[in-house]
Amino acid sequence: MTGATRATSPGPERIEGHAKVTGTARYAFEHPVADPLYLHPLRATIARGRVTSVDTTAAERVDGVRLVLTHHNAEALVPIGDPELAVLQSDEIAFRGQLIGAVVAETQESAAHAADLVEIRYERMAHDSDFRDDADIVYTPDADASPMLSPDLEEGDVDAALADAAFTVDATYTTPTEHHNPLEPHAVIAAWDDDGLTLHDSNQGSHLVRDLIAPLFGVDKERVSVISPHVGGAFGSKGMPHGHVALTALAARHTAGRPVKYALSRTQMFELVGYRPPTRQRVRLGADREGRLVATEHDSLEQTSRFKQYAEQSASASREMYTSPNRRVTNRLAALDVPAPTWMRAPGEAGGMYALESAMDELAVSAGIDPVELRLRNEPEVAPVSGLPFSSRNLPACLREGAERFGWHERDPRPGVRREGDWLVGTGVAASSFPSLFFPGSLATIRHESGGKYRVEIGAVDIGTGSRTALTQLAAEALEVPVEAVELWLGSTEQPHASLAGGSAGTASWGSTVVEAVRAFRTEHGHDPVSGAETTAGAGKNPDAGEYAMHSYGAQFAEVRVNADTGEVRVPRMLGVFAAGRIVNPRTARSQFLGGMTMGISMALHEHSVVDERFGHVVNHDLAGYHIAGNADVGSVEVDWIDEHDPHVNPVGVKGIGEIGIVGTAAAIGNAAHHATGVRVRDLPLTPEKFLR
Amino acid sequence: MRLNLTVNGRAMTADDVWEGESLLYVLRERLGLPGSKNACEQGECGSCTVYLDRVPVCACLVAAGQAQDREVGTVEGLADGEELSTVQRAFIDEGAVQCGFCTPGLLVAADDLIERVPEPSDAEIREALAGNLCRCTGYEKIMAAVRTAAERSGGTSGSGSSAGGDRT
Amino acid sequence: MKPFDYQRATDADSAISLVSGDPEARYIGGGTNLVDHMKLGIAEPGKLVDITRLPYDSVESLPDGRVRIGATVRNSDLAAEPVIRQRYPVLAQALLSGASGQLRNLATTGGNLLQRTRCSYFQDVTTPCNKREPGSGCSALEGWNRHHAVLGASERCVATHPSDMAVALAALDADVLVEGPDGQRTVPVTELHRLPGDEPERDTVLRHGELVTAVELPSLPFASRSRYRKVRDRASFAFALVSVAAAVELVEGTITDVRIALGGLAHKPWRATEAERVLRGAPATEETFRAAADAELAAARTLRDNEFKVPMTRNTLASVLRELTRQEGS
Repeated sequence: MTGATRATSPGPERIEGHAKVTGTARYAFEHPVADPLYLHPLRATIARGRVTSVDTTAAERVDGVRLVLTHHNAEALVPIGDPELAVLQSDEIAFRGQLIGAVVAETQESAAHAADLVEIRYERMAHDSDFRDDADIVYTPDADASPMLSPDLEEGDVDAALADAAFTVDATYTTPTEHHNPLEPHAVIAAWDDDGLTLHDSNQGSHLVRDLIAPLFGVDKERVSVISPHVGGAFGSKGMPHGHVALTALAARHTAGRPVKYALSRTQMFELVGYRPPTRQRVRLGADREGRLVATEHDSLEQTSRFKQYAEQSASASREMYTSPNRRVTNRLAALDVPAPTWMRAPGEAGGMYALESAMDELAVSAGIDPVELRLRNEPEVAPVSGLPFSSRNLPACLREGAERFGWHERDPRPGVRREGDWLVGTGVAASSFPSLFFPGSLATIRHESGGKYRVEIGAVDIGTGSRTALTQLAAEALEVPVEAVELWLGSTEQPHASLAGGSAGTASWGSTVVEAVRAFRTEHGHDPVSGAETTAGAGKNPDAGEYAMHSYGAQFAEVRVNADTGEVRVPRMLGVFAAGRIVNPRTARSQFLGGMTMGISMALHEHSVVDERFGHVVNHDLAGYHIAGNADVGSVEVDWIDEHDPHVNPVGVKGIGEIGIVGTAAAIGNAAHHATGVRVRDLPLTPEKFLR
Repeated sequence: MRLNLTVNGRAMTADDVWEGESLLYVLRERLGLPGSKNACEQGECGSCTVYLDRVPVCACLVAAGQAQDREVGTVEGLADGEELSTVQRAFIDEGAVQCGFCTPGLLVAADDLIERVPEPSDAEIREALAGNLCRCTGYEKIMAAVRTAAERSGGTSGSGSSAGGDRT
Repeated sequence: MKPFDYQRATDADSAISLVSGDPEARYIGGGTNLVDHMKLGIAEPGKLVDITRLPYDSVESLPDGRVRIGATVRNSDLAAEPVIRQRYPVLAQALLSGASGQLRNLATTGGNLLQRTRCSYFQDVTTPCNKREPGSGCSALEGWNRHHAVLGASERCVATHPSDMAVALAALDADVLVEGPDGQRTVPVTELHRLPGDEPERDTVLRHGELVTAVELPSLPFASRSRYRKVRDRASFAFALVSVAAAVELVEGTITDVRIALGGLAHKPWRATEAERVLRGAPATEETFRAAADAELAAARTLRDNEFKVPMTRNTLASVLRELTRQEGS
């Protein structure tokens, strides 16, 4: 929705926009390379066991086939602790769809045809792919294993407080497996020559890919180049390199320097590049007569893989959101014979806040308190668990501004009483929150070219978010030159090391790096530098790190219509108001918020990877079966933000906007659907049958 | 087979084409025109939308053999030299481009819509673009771009005259 | 994809002889279903005979009031035909509710009729499926069967037919014109598709080499008041969970004639003869509509994930009848 926003200037247009609308922006698979070969993978059709024999005779006879690679002829890789990258290192099968070989041929079709002719025999072992709360498979992850993990939290006496509470909620919510489905499938072109390995790869961090692939092949990092100028969406699925990168590089060892190209099919993406794990979350809330929380309990169970542990700690959403003197937060994992989950847009928060914000709505209904007001009454003064002050926290402003703009005050709280024609109408609200992260270790090079032009280099990847544009702006601002005077180079290991595009931390981390590098450049070369003057520097440690709780916040409002006859759910109107620090480029930022909210609509209404536990795989594994919201599913979506100056988060005052848009959306829609129908659905997605009478 | 076809007004030939490979593969891997994207291979996402005899279709579902002697138009042919077409310009101006992978197919579909329906309503735009999935922008900007392109093409976009448009 | 021979047919006779003489040969029209199936490894034809240039690309109004639709008429063109929009709105609506613009521009009338089920297991060569590989078992019967049949299914197969167009044609009592090595024949569209029974691999009654050349619509004046309602997971571009095609003739509040077909419920477009029987001659009331739906759905047998189809169909049918009879009365 244009026009109705406070932004005075839309911000510079996207720098690579021209290349993208003319079809000349080159994505990984499209880099012109001489004499390429095409790879088609062999994948396990059992969920657990081992390969007992492989007959490649027929495949090798197919015209144009150059290589059939299996664990029999694949070279040994260096164990680096990532099972996903250790492809073809044994006959073991840990999940259905696992990479167990590859055919490389002159055309894509001949590779695919030959792959069908490879005869593979298995020893089948019993597998377990059924996500459930069962002591056999459930365990507590070791909180020291990863910075994403935190130990269980127990404060006060939750049970006693619940027993005495005036109003209580005890509800269990489930969220399904979801797949990222960026429009660009994961793709890589691998070529070895005397200098080493070159990868044209679709990823969220070229340097990270290099840092993992080089040791995997036992070569120096300097001998691996990773080039990724344009990436067609990622959402976390391209955060870590997956097995296909290792497989393609492995195959390219056998092709005498000829590049090997591999783009995953959409179906392969449902098994090989991660997913948001399903969760089962129980939330218990207790409140006093005024609606102030006296107890908060959030217990989450998530799926992980026996093959590779992943945990995103959905219940942690309840640690610092609202004030509550008694609090219990636990996270458990259920390990199954399934592919490894991974980060997907707002990992933890997306599912966790769905549960918490749905429970808050249930509490509002049972206490008879307006849901916006309920949240305002539970606003903490300092971060509840850590006791740290907030670097800035403007959730109340978001809620108030949003309520005003949405026309919330006219709302009749009674559920199921508004009908327009065949449609039941309701409105709902939910809060959003996402941590403001900063990834250290990035470097930028500032170089003064002739004629007052500056060249800025940083090896970050623009996955479509607008980083190229925002970083150019920040560099120009720091250099005090027009945007046109800055030429930004990013997207490959040719440029200085940069952290991963993830955690909504790109602009914060790389922007701070660029700004600090400019400062270092000015210190070294002054304000009238000679041509060729150059400085490489990074951002230091933020002195406020660990001194403040740093989060962005938002309030999401939704209008929902549910067809009284069919149960079909529509979302004609949404409004999101966010407080996310400095907004560098309103034009690209708005698109990020809108995109996040739309993915939230999609999560609420459609997304569900259906696992058939008998086979151990997702059966609706294509875009016909796995629905993401289309244009007709999205009505008016409005986005606005609070002007927020946060001096603590980082040198550029940016909190990050890539993920918060999806947080809370599904809860707002579910709450609105309850308001429309009186039916409380606690299992995503909100498909029509759940509202049928 | 030897495949002869006209692409963006130019006669083109590809040799040793297997009749069963897709028109999309021919464009991307044999004719050096990777603008049309391969994202689902089964007509479910619209990223490969091209004009085939002036009608937008999913190039991933057209067997190469069926494209013999036909006329194909791709995103690479929308601009007139350096001059961007109306839809291309509108997509940039409205910020409708994000990762850019759905963009080429959307541009062809939007170009066709405005050609057929000079003043599309919001409902018509949404339905006409239902076959083009976008995972990044959230569609709102795409709607704005199509409205803007329609206005600049001479039509006045039906219900999109005010910010927000209709609330279907 | 398996290599194959490709030929472009110039006339029906040569097309038919090319295919009927070769058990591995198949016709290809718009390709939206077959090309996908070849990629998935479901269809592995040895020869493809392209029929898109045969002279079956027109829609004709015949002197006796019937309308003949050529088999290669594109779905998008058919939906835009004035005679279809005016005399058979149910068909135009069904066509426009199917797939996306890009696919309707490719898909043909004949190909749409003959498209195969979208059952996830049928489309996945790594899972058992009696339709794809007779005797291997039905994975859907005890698997994920939310989209599957509640009417006319068998223990061997619970797949549904995915076409919207075919549901409208079934309601309209259309005929399918077929040419084969033994000459021409006419098959009512309601008899074109089979129930799965013991041979789920056979979708239709067509014999190998038979070519659909046209579809004919009867005159049916009251079809000008008809409607197609599709309930689906997305607002656009999704297969039907259930759908209803209906045409009603109403005289002074009484339903004098009616045609109803249901989609998403069976291995074929389901002509709702039981519902029609209840409705014919009855007053256009909510009670009648519900009774009609209940009569048709009495035979429904549901699976783990598709129980909702029974109430959803009942409500949707009642809603469509309400709308059509209200429309008539206003």
